[in-house]
Amino acid sequence: MSNLFDLLVAGLATGAIYALVAVGFTLLWQTSQTINFAQGEFVMLPAFLMLAAMHAGAPFWLAIILGILLSMILLGLAFKILLVDPMMRHGVLPLAIATMALAIGIKEAVKQFFSAEASPFPSVVPTGDISILGHAVSLQSIGVLLVAILAVFGLTTLLNRTSLGHQMQAAAQNPTVARIIGVPVERMILLTFLINAFLVALASLLITPIYLAKFSSGEVLGQAAFIAAIVGGFNQVRGAIAGGLLIGVLDNLAAAYVSTQYRAAVPMIFLIVVILFRPQGLLGRAEERTV
Amino acid sequence: MSGFAKPLKIALGLIVIAGLIVVPMNFNRYGLFILSQWAVMTIAAMGLNLTLGYAGQVSLAQGAFVGIGAYASAIMTTHGWPLPVAIVVAIVLAFAVGRVLGYPALRVQHHYLAFVTLAFSTLAFLVFRNESWLTGGIYGISNIPRPHFFGIATNKPLPFYYVCLGSLAIVSIAVWWLIRSPWGRAFMALRENPLRAQSLGIDTRRYTLMAFALGSALGGVAGALYAPLTQYIDPVPFNLSLSLDLLMMVIVGGAGFYFGPFLGAMIAVLLPEWLRFTEGYYLMLYAIAVMALLIWSPTGILGILDRYLAERRTRAASALRAVAKSWLETAQ
Repeated sequence: MSNLFDLLVAGLATGAIYALVAVGFTLLWQTSQTINFAQGEFVMLPAFLMLAAMHAGAPFWLAIILGILLSMILLGLAFKILLVDPMMRHGVLPLAIATMALAIGIKEAVKQFFSAEASPFPSVVPTGDISILGHAVSLQSIGVLLVAILAVFGLTTLLNRTSLGHQMQAAAQNPTVARIIGVPVERMILLTFLINAFLVALASLLITPIYLAKFSSGEVLGQAAFIAAIVGGFNQVRGAIAGGLLIGVLDNLAAAYVSTQYRAAVPMIFLIVVILFRPQGLLGRAEERTV
Repeated sequence: MSGFAKPLKIALGLIVIAGLIVVPMNFNRYGLFILSQWAVMTIAAMGLNLTLGYAGQVSLAQGAFVGIGAYASAIMTTHGWPLPVAIVVAIVLAFAVGRVLGYPALRVQHHYLAFVTLAFSTLAFLVFRNESWLTGGIYGISNIPRPHFFGIATNKPLPFYYVCLGSLAIVSIAVWWLIRSPWGRAFMALRENPLRAQSLGIDTRRYTLMAFALGSALGGVAGALYAPLTQYIDPVPFNLSLSLDLLMMVIVGGAGFYFGPFLGAMIAVLLPEWLRFTEGYYLMLYAIAVMALLIWSPTGILGILDRYLAERRTRAASALRAVAKSWLETAQ
C-alpha cells in the first residue's frame, strides 16, 4: 500500500502543475475563444528565460522575477496584441493553427538560441524526504502541491470575491452586456492573458526542476493540460483544477499498474469517454461560459 | 477562380501539369524526393480538405490514417504483394477506421471533435510503436520495395516521382468529380447549416460518417505511397505533429478551396527546403511566415485571391450598372 500512497502524492503534485496550465488554457478560451496549441511551449519557455537571466549573472531569486515579468510581456501582452487580436474575429480555427505555428517557432527559437540539450534547473523547494504517517514523502512533491494550491486559491479568490474578478466574469459571459454596463472588456481580456502568462511561468518554475529544461518538453505538458481542461470542463476554472489533479493521478497510476508502453493511452481513452458521454466535462455545465 | 476566362484557366492548368512532368527530369535525387513528398502530402491534405473544408468536420487524426496506410502498404509489399493491391487494402482499412472515427462527430462538434480525434491520433501512434509483432515497433520496417509497372521498375527516383504524380492526378480527378456531385453539395450543406440540410432531406448522419471515411481513405492512399517513397518507416513520422501539419496545410492553402491543399502542401513541404540556406533558422522563419500569412488572411492563400476577385467583380458590376443607368437616362 505504501507504493500506492507514494503514487498518489506524486500524481497529485504533477496534477497540480497540470491544473495550473489547464486553468490558464480555459481562461483564454473563455475570454477570447483562443485554443492555445502553444500552451505547452508557454510552460517550457519561462524556464529558459530564467536560465538566461542566471547565465547573465543574476541571482536565482532575481532570475525568477525577471523570468515571470518577461513571460508576462512576451506570452501575455505580445501574444495577445500581435497574434490574437488581429485574428480573433475570424473564428477559432485559423487562430488555433497560428498557435500551432507559434509552438514550432518557440521550440525552434529555444533550440537555436539556447541549447538542444536538456539543462538542469535549480529547485525552488528544498529536496529531500520527510516522513508523513510513516511514509517517506519527497519535499519537492509537497512544495509543488502547496505552491499550486496557493496559486489556485488566489486565483479563485480574485475571480469570485473581488470586483475585478466579477468584471472579468462578466466580460467572459456576455461581452456585449458587460460593455453596456461599463466593464472595460478589452482590459479584462488582456488581464486574462497576463494571468495565463503568470500561471505558465509559475508552472514552469515548479515542473522544470523535476523534468529538466528542454526545448521539446512542452509537447507532453501541453497535451496533458488540454486533456485536463476538457475532462474537467472546458468552461470552468474548478473543472480545470479537478481535471488536472485527476489526470496527474491517473497518469502515475497507469504507469505503475497498466504498462509503461500504454501509459499514455489511459488519459486519452478517458478523454474520449468523457467527451462522448459528458461533453461539458465532469464539472462543467453545458453551453455556458464563466471564468 | 471564376474571375479568369475559361481558356486561360485551361491553358494555365496545362502549363502547370506540363511543368510538373518536364521540369523535374533533371532534378537530383533529393529534389525528386521532396517533390514526390509534396505529391503524397497533397493527397493526404485533399482528404482532410474534404472532411474539414467541405464537410466542416474538424479532424486532428489525418496523420494517423497516413500511418495506417503506410503500415498496410509496408507490411504487404515486404511480404510480396504488389503495390496496387496494398493501396486498395490501405483504402479499405482507412475508410473503415475513418467511418468508425466519424461516430463521435455525430455527438460532438468543433473543438470537442478536434480533441477526440487528437486522442485517436495519439492512440494510433502508441499502437504503431508498441505492437512490434506487426509494425516492427521502434525499429520500424525497412527495405520496402518499389513497384514494377508494365515491366518498368520504379526503383529510381524519377519513375517513382511519376507514380506519385500519377496517383495525385487520379485522386485530383476523383475529388473534382466528387465535390461537383450531389455528394459534394451535401457535404457543403452539412458545413454551412446542418439543421437546414437535414430539413431538406439530406441524411446528415450518413454524410458525416462518409465525410470522415472518404477523407481518411485519401489519407490511407497517401500513406500507401509514402512507405515505398521513403522505403523505410517507423512510428515517428506518424505522430500527432503530422496531423497538425496536415491541418496547417489545409488552412494555410485555404480550407474549402479545391486548390487549397496543393498550395498548402507546397508551403509546408517546399518552403522549409527553400529556407534551408538559413540553416538553424529555417523552421523558425517558416513558423513566422505561417503566422504572418494567417494574420494577413485567415482564410489562407486562396482566400486572398478570392477576396481580390470578389472585389474586382463588384467593381465591374457597379461600372456596368453606372453605364446602364446613364444609358437609361439619355434614352428618356
